[in-house]
Amino acid sequence: MPSKRHAASTTSAPAASTPTSTPKSLSSGPATLKTNASAAEIAQHVWQQYLTTTPQRTLLLDAFMFFLVLVGGLQFLYCILAGNYPFNAFLSGFSAAVGQFVLTASLRMQTSGSGPGSSKPSSKGKNARFAGEDEEQTAGISHERAFADYIFGSLILHFFCINFIN
Amino acid sequence: MAQSSLDALLKGSSGRNTRGLLRILILCTIAAAAVSSRLFSVIRFESIIHEFDPWFNFRATKYLVQNGFYSFWDWFDDRTWHPLGRVTGGTLYPGLMVTSGVIYHILRFLTIPVDIRNVCVLLAPGFSGLTALAMYLLTGEMAPSPSAGLLAAAFIGIVPGYISRSVAGSYDNEAIAIFLLVFTFFLWIKAIKNGSIMWGALTALFYGYMVSAWGGYVFITNLIPLHVFVLLCMGRYSSRMYISYTTWYALGTLGSMQIPFVGFLPIRNSDHMSALGVFGLIQLVAFADFIRSFLPGKQFQKLLTYMVFLTFGLAFTGLIALSATGVIAPWSGRFYSLWDTNYAKIHIPIIASVSEHQPTAWPAFFFDLNFLIWLFPAGVFVCFQKLKDEHVFVVIYSVLASYFAGVMVRLMLTLTPIVCVAAALALSCILDNFLVMSTPKGAAQAKANGNESKSLRSGRNPLVGIYSYFSKAVVTGSVTIYLLMFVAHCTWVTSNAYSSPSVVLASRLPDGSQFIIDDYREAYYWLRQNTPDNAKIMSWWDYGYQIGGMADRPTLVDNNTWNNTHIATVGKAMSSREEVSYPILRQHDVDYVLVVFGGLLGYSGDDLNKFLWMVRISEGIWPDEVSERAFFTARGEYRVDDQATPTMRNSLMYKLSYHNYQSLFPPGQAMDRVRGSKLPTETPQLNTLEEAFTSENWIIRIYKVKDLDNFGRDHSNAVAFDKGLKKKRAAKKRGPPILRTE
Repeated sequence: MPSKRHAASTTSAPAASTPTSTPKSLSSGPATLKTNASAAEIAQHVWQQYLTTTPQRTLLLDAFMFFLVLVGGLQFLYCILAGNYPFNAFLSGFSAAVGQFVLTASLRMQTSGSGPGSSKPSSKGKNARFAGEDEEQTAGISHERAFADYIFGSLILHFFCINFIN
Repeated sequence: MAQSSLDALLKGSSGRNTRGLLRILILCTIAAAAVSSRLFSVIRFESIIHEFDPWFNFRATKYLVQNGFYSFWDWFDDRTWHPLGRVTGGTLYPGLMVTSGVIYHILRFLTIPVDIRNVCVLLAPGFSGLTALAMYLLTGEMAPSPSAGLLAAAFIGIVPGYISRSVAGSYDNEAIAIFLLVFTFFLWIKAIKNGSIMWGALTALFYGYMVSAWGGYVFITNLIPLHVFVLLCMGRYSSRMYISYTTWYALGTLGSMQIPFVGFLPIRNSDHMSALGVFGLIQLVAFADFIRSFLPGKQFQKLLTYMVFLTFGLAFTGLIALSATGVIAPWSGRFYSLWDTNYAKIHIPIIASVSEHQPTAWPAFFFDLNFLIWLFPAGVFVCFQKLKDEHVFVVIYSVLASYFAGVMVRLMLTLTPIVCVAAALALSCILDNFLVMSTPKGAAQAKANGNESKSLRSGRNPLVGIYSYFSKAVVTGSVTIYLLMFVAHCTWVTSNAYSSPSVVLASRLPDGSQFIIDDYREAYYWLRQNTPDNAKIMSWWDYGYQIGGMADRPTLVDNNTWNNTHIATVGKAMSSREEVSYPILRQHDVDYVLVVFGGLLGYSGDDLNKFLWMVRISEGIWPDEVSERAFFTARGEYRVDDQATPTMRNSLMYKLSYHNYQSLFPPGQAMDRVRGSKLPTETPQLNTLEEAFTSENWIIRIYKVKDLDNFGRDHSNAVAFDKGLKKKRAAKKRGPPILRTE
C-alpha cells in the first residue's frame, strides 16, 4: 500500500520537522496525546514516535522503501499521463519497484526483531495459544539468513523483470 | 513435525535411524507402486500416446526436440486450422513439452538412446511417483505423526481419481500439473509457517512452473489469496503471512507473465483479481499494524476508521471505473460455467459439448475415490480440532474443491489431492490411537487429563482411553480390510476403466480372447500413405489432433478450440444439405472428409452421436440456416431410421455415415447397432463426394471431395447421367486407386 504510506508521511512531515529537534523525549510522547485528539494530531504523534524509536539501520531500509514508492509512483503517473506504450517495459519497471518494496518490507519485519508490526495482533483474542509459536518462528530467523533470503528473492525478481522488459 | 526423513536418519538414536530408513523405503515402494500401477496400458497394448490432446502435445514435443527451443517458441503452425493457421508457440502451455524435452536431452547426454515417444509415454507415471513424495511432504506439514504422510502418499499413488489422468501414454498437461500443484501447496504451507522470503520465492518459482504447465493454475491463484483472506478475517495477521504472501505474489505474478499464452492476463483478467485485491489488503493491514504499535487503542481506532473509509471509497470507485472502461476483462466463460452449471449450455455450446466439462454424477465420487470419500469429512473435522494456519488451508481447499468437482468432471482431479490429505489425517488419527499396544499409566494419563479437560472434547479417547485388545483388534482389522478393498478397487478401476488408449479399442470375443480394434490407426495410416502431403482433411474437431499427429495432414479444426466460428463452419458443412455443404468444402480447400461411424460395431462415441453438438454450435452462428429442431421428429425424438426427418436424412453427416452401409446386410435388414434402429432400405444418394476408404470395422470412413464436373453440370445431374450410362464412369474418375468399398 505504497500510496497510503506516502500520504501519511508527507502530511505530517512539515509538522514533525520541529519536534525532531527535541531529542530523546520518547517516554513523554504517548502521555501528551489526548484521547479525543484529531486525526492530524494522531498522525503527527505517530511520526514523532516513529523517528525516535526506530534504529538507524531500519531507518535506512525505510528510506529505501520510500524511494521505491517514489519510483513506482512516478512510473505509474507516467503511464497514466503519457500512455502505456511499451507496456512490457512499464509493467516490469513498476513491478520491480513493487516487488522490491515488499521484499524490503519483509526484510524490515524480519530484522527489526520484536519491533513494530511483528506479532502483536496475533497475541490477542482467541489466537493466544499460537502467539508463543509465532514469536518463536519470527525470532528463529537470524539477520544474516533474512538478508540472504532477501538477496535470493531480489535476484529472482530482477531476473524476471529483465526477461520481461523486452 | 516438519522433520523430513533425511533429518531423522542423520541425527538421533538408532531407533529413529531405523524409522527414518523405513520411511524412505516405504516412500520408494509407494513411488514404485504408483509408477507400476499406471503401466497397464503399455503392457496390454503397446507404448502409444492416448486419446486426443496428448497427440498434440506429442507432436509439439517432437517439434521442440527437432527444431530447438527458440523456433518452438515462435512456432506458427500452418498445418492446422487450415486457412488460418495457429500461433502455436504463443497459445500453448509449454511446461509439459519443455519438461520432456529436457529429460530427453539429459538421457541423450547420458548416452541412453531413448525415443522421444517413450519419454512422453512414461512421463506421467514418473511424475506420479514424484507426486507421492510431494504428498508425503504436504501431509507431513499437517500432522505431527509421519504415518499420515505415508498414508497420503500411498493414497495419491493409487487413487483412481488421479490415475485417470496419468496412466502411461496419457501425455497431457495434468500429468505434471498435479505434482506441481501439490508441491506448490507444500511450499506455500512451509512459507506461511516459517515466514521466510526463501520459501515464498520457491513457492513463486514452482507456481511459475505450474503456470507454464496447465491452465488450472488459476486454482492456485485463487486458493492462496483466499487462504490469506480467511486468515485475515480470523484476525490471524502476522508478519510471516505478510512476508510469504507478498513475496509469492510479487514474484509469482511476474513469473506467470513470462509465459506468452498468459501474458498480461494476471493484471487484466478478473480471474486473477482476487490475488491482487488481497495483495492490496494485506499491505493495508500491515500498515495499520505498523501504526498500531505506536498508538494506544482509542486513537488507533479513530485513525483506522478514517483509513478504512478512505481506502474502500478509493478502491470501489477505481474498480468501477476500470470495469466500466473495460481495462479489466470480464470473467472468462469457463469460469462462469463453474458458478452456473447451465451457463455453458446456454451461451457457449463448445464448452458444454466436451464430456469432461459435464457435471459429475454421484457414483463417480465413489468410483474415483472409494472409501476415501467418506473419510474425507472426518479428516476435515480433524483439521478443525487443531485449526492452525495450515489446517485452515485444508478446510478451504476441501470446501472449494468439493464444489468444483461437483460442477465439472475434470475438476475431480483437483479434489483428489485434498481428499487424500484429509483421509490420511483421519485414518492416521484412528490408527495412532488404536495401534498402540501398551496401556498408558498414571503420568501419561494425568497429562492427557490436564491437556484435555479445558476443552469440551472429552468425548475423544485420550481421556478415557481404549485399552481393550478386543476393540483394538476390531478397529484395526476393519481398517485393514478397508485398505485392502481400496487397493483391490483401485487396481480394478485402473485396469478396466482408465487404461484404454481410446486410439486402439479392445473387446472380447465369445471365447474370451482379446480382440483389438485398430481402425483409427489403420485409417490414419491410409491417409499418410495415399494422400498428398498437403491434402486438407475435414473432420469434427475431436479428431483434429490425431489426424495431425498420426496422419500428418493439415486439418480444418482441432481440439484447440480457439476459433468458434471456424468450428461452426465445419458443423454447418456437416449438418447441411450437400448443395450447401459443397461450396463450403470447396472454399476451404477440403480434399477429404473423415467421419467416425460406430453403427456396425456398436461403438457409441461416433459422429452421429455427437451430431447434435455440431448442429448446436453451428446454429449459434447461423440461426437462420441451421436449426436444431429440424433434426428431431415431430415427437421430439432423435431418430435415424425411416422416421428420421428430411433435414436429418439430407444432412451430409447422415449420408456419409450410412453411405453403402445397407449393402452389408440382406435387403431390409440393415441395423445400426449403436442407436439400435433399423435403417431405411435404400442407401443415401451421395453426389458431391465419393468414398475413398473405409476401415475394417467401418469405424472410420473417408470420402474424397469431387472436383467440379468437366462438363459444367452440377453433381447431381452428373451422377444421374452416370447411372444411366455406366460405361463412361470409369474414365472420369480421379483420385486414389484404392477403393475398398466393401
